[in-house]
Amino acid sequence: MEIERHEYDVIVIGAGGAGLRAAIEARQQGKRTAIVCKSLFGKAHTVMAEGGAAAAMGNVNSDDNWMVHFRDTMRGGKFLNNWRMAELHAKEAPDRVWELEAWGALFDRTKDGKISQRNFGGHEYPRLAHVGDRTGLELIRTLQQRVVALQQEDYETHGDYEAYIKVFQECTITRLLKDGDRISGGFGYWRESGNFVLFDAPAVVLATGGIGKSYVVTSNSWEYTGDGHALALLAGANLINMEFIQFHPTGMVWPPSVRGILVTESVRGDGGVLRNSEGERFMFNYVPDVFKDKYATSEEEGDRWYTDQANNRRPPELLPRDEVARAINAEVKAGRGSPQGGVYLDVSTRLPAEEIKRRLPSMHHQFKELADVDITAEPMQVGPTCHYIMGGIEVDADSGAASVPGLFAAGEVSGGMHGSNRLGGNSLSDLLVFGRRAGAGAAAYLDGLPARPKVDQVQVDAARAEAEAPLQRAGENPYEVHQELQRTMNELVGIIRKAEEVSEALEVVEKLKERVQLVGAAGTRIYNPGWHLALDLRNMVLVSECVARAALLRQESRGGHTRDDFPGMRPEWRQKLLACSTEDGTSITIEEKAQPAMRDDLISLFDRDELSKYLTDEEMAEFDRIAKS
Amino acid sequence: MSYKAKFKVWRGEGGEGKLEDFTIEVNEGEVVLDIIHRLQATQAPDLAVRWNCKAGKCGSCSMEINGKPRLGCMTRMSTFSEDETITVTPMRTFPVIKDLVTDVSYNYEKAREVPSFTPPEGVRPGEYRMQQVDVQRGQEFRKCIECFMCNNVCHVIRDHEENKPAFSGPRFFIRIAELDMHPYDVAPDRKETAQGEHGLGYCNITKCCTEVCPEHIKITDNAIIPMKERVVDTKYDPLVWLGNKIFKRSK
Ligand SMILES: Cc1cc2nc3c(=O)[nH]c(=O)nc-3n(C[C@H](O)[C@H](O)[C@H](O)COP(=O)(O)OP(=O)(O)OC[C@H]3O[C@@H](n4cnc5c(N)ncnc54)[C@H](O)[C@@H]3O)c2cc1C
Ligand code: SF4
Ligand code: SF4
Ligand code: FES
Repeated sequence: MEIERHEYDVIVIGAGGAGLRAAIEARQQGKRTAIVCKSLFGKAHTVMAEGGAAAAMGNVNSDDNWMVHFRDTMRGGKFLNNWRMAELHAKEAPDRVWELEAWGALFDRTKDGKISQRNFGGHEYPRLAHVGDRTGLELIRTLQQRVVALQQEDYETHGDYEAYIKVFQECTITRLLKDGDRISGGFGYWRESGNFVLFDAPAVVLATGGIGKSYVVTSNSWEYTGDGHALALLAGANLINMEFIQFHPTGMVWPPSVRGILVTESVRGDGGVLRNSEGERFMFNYVPDVFKDKYATSEEEGDRWYTDQANNRRPPELLPRDEVARAINAEVKAGRGSPQGGVYLDVSTRLPAEEIKRRLPSMHHQFKELADVDITAEPMQVGPTCHYIMGGIEVDADSGAASVPGLFAAGEVSGGMHGSNRLGGNSLSDLLVFGRRAGAGAAAYLDGLPARPKVDQVQVDAARAEAEAPLQRAGENPYEVHQELQRTMNELVGIIRKAEEVSEALEVVEKLKERVQLVGAAGTRIYNPGWHLALDLRNMVLVSECVARAALLRQESRGGHTRDDFPGMRPEWRQKLLACSTEDGTSITIEEKAQPAMRDDLISLFDRDELSKYLTDEEMAEFDRIAKS
Repeated sequence: MSYKAKFKVWRGEGGEGKLEDFTIEVNEGEVVLDIIHRLQATQAPDLAVRWNCKAGKCGSCSMEINGKPRLGCMTRMSTFSEDETITVTPMRTFPVIKDLVTDVSYNYEKAREVPSFTPPEGVRPGEYRMQQVDVQRGQEFRKCIECFMCNNVCHVIRDHEENKPAFSGPRFFIRIAELDMHPYDVAPDRKETAQGEHGLGYCNITKCCTEVCPEHIKITDNAIIPMKERVVDTKYDPLVWLGNKIFKRSK
């Protein structure tokens, strides 16, 4: 069978916030752009985001500005962040949010008619632009409608909606293609027909999101099989920070079938409190030293903060997510959990019922429909859930370029921006800021490209053989292999890690690699989920190995990586990045890389006292030198 | 707690298919989509179904359960009795690709025909000022998760393929209403085009669309009826009618 073939300037893999913003940019710069995504257009994971997009617009508290946002982001990431990304993000997020408004987004408003902003963990001021608790839907719909608007423009000028930007929905990319060391395109299949498709394109932007489907308890959907992470590895790029996974503190715990589904942090931002089975607001016992002077020490002070932020400190329920998740984990382990194995999250005694329904409509709906719980009258039960991967493709901050020429990445699939822990709300803004930059980066790359790379038929044939294989053999059920991987990662490389357990996980992963080679998919090529899963398994296993190997090497606890056998942060580890790569396409090697030092004007934004909690003595000496000059 | 339920699931591809019988375990708190997933994992690995969020937020898992359009992920098994046979079929208005998955491209084509948000010239990003009360009306419609169940249930196209070219369906009536109510949208004649180009006139206000909407958007009361009323106003007021025409020609 002839393989369907398309030629484009740029292919953007992923139609979430990052992919759509990248595609819009590439098209606005005159490049012919294809958007390829596994689900229907408008259904990408971004649609599920609830709380909001962080941007220091200063609409609610005018003291906010990019420098405060930058500091909060670096603190949240425990100073492991790529500081240049954190800087660009803090500076550009407001423009990216305002731009959405000019494309038709309807955010909630302040009294004076500006975009309203809400409190969130780790953000010093109310900073999240939002629409109730369905911000992701607004974001994705606005970008989707912007794509349509551009298509309408193209229809006016060229008589063809798809002249410059086309969406290939329900289409999965399984391999990137290269000409020498440069990207030359991508290979994939249509989910609907099972037919193969080849994209001939000199630039690829990966915006495929995360990896949560390697865990049992997760807030992530079936799409999160780490495809982009694996595609990049297989094309020769590096992944960094893969040991850092964010376990969101509040996922649903009951009924079992919804375990892991997210309960937005806005519940706490809007006044919700956490209690254990003894009725105690336990978070007051878990404020770590580095944050001691920033959080309230009594319930009264915490409560006053909601109305008077100038004279009170914030309640510890709003600590960064890694802290809250570990605290809940510890309470449950100590036997102070709720009957269904979580803790209580209560907003019913804190806000009037009508207010809860207005501010948290989808939470109200979700609990009522799925758990028979009325959150305006009773507490929810919640526990940690695998939510977000800080690690991803190592990119140049300004252009989103990976080390492979022609390859770009943005959004959750890229690494560095969030360091060891992401603040809530910083992802949606990350998607917009770096999606745009990656689209522009790809356009600039094309402008400087001497000759168009060629697609190599040998690679296409190999990709095709690889994709067809599970259909052609009667092998093990892919669902079983998947479940074993999920259990392994959940139990052995979860929220609290130890060397023996992680090593054990690596052994299991080795065996799973062999089993993945042998899984079979019954049925035809047409819309066959068993076959699709069989192909996704290669990616999940590869990425799980990265997570486990990096977790074993990093001998400290920081952000989304907690080692039982190495509690506490170690400043010398802050200077190290663990970079994963693969030579043979099946096994992962890790190399230590140095974290570049922060620019002088940026490090000077911090107090000496604070920095001394994170930096080595030599780094502090350097800081003192900068401070003096 | 757990029991065995009887299911009939529509299976087939390429225009042919039939209801297949399954007996399958059901546990406490589960929804129909969980059962479909269990069928995939244990009895029918190639059973096709769309889903993403499993929490009623993405609008992927639209299907018909005992003949009623529902989101599979928000339909609790506890709403059925244990001895009831549950029949699951794909949405009827759209061509079936395989099993529970339908070709919904009709909706994406219609989306492209609605002129986009058109802000006035000269307002720069960051300068927009709107009151909460003014955005709230549009926000109701922007809650739409594009499950397309309203379009699926609407009798104008449900068994009338021939009406599809002229009729955009309730999903896009609320899109037009939303733009019409946007404080900064200056595109002319939103209501008139709803009538003239998107087939609002076919709607006879049966309210079936409002009844199935999982987001509880009052499609008929808050979008369709107000647009119809105003279309009628402008249509039958001879002065306005004349004014519009004269204005348009002299442009
Ligand atoms: C429940 C929930 C709530 C959240 N709330 C917030 C919040 O309030 N604020 C915040 O800032 N962040 C939030 N997050 C995080 C944030 O939503 C995500 O990190 C972000 O949306 C990821 O966007 P993305 O553009 O990188 O990828 P996604 O939106 O996940 O899109 C990935 C795209 O890649 C496509 N894709 C993947 N693999 C392939 C392949 N092989 N071939 C073709 N296409 C492929 C998919 O189909 C999809 O279109 C939340 C996350 C969850 C799960
Ligand atoms: S009210 Fe109108 S649009 Fe809605 S289902 Fe009935 S006929 Fe269709
Ligand atoms: S209006 Fe309601 S029923 Fe129609 S597509 Fe949107 S969410 Fe679904
Ligand atoms: S899976 Fe998203 S609405 Fe059902």
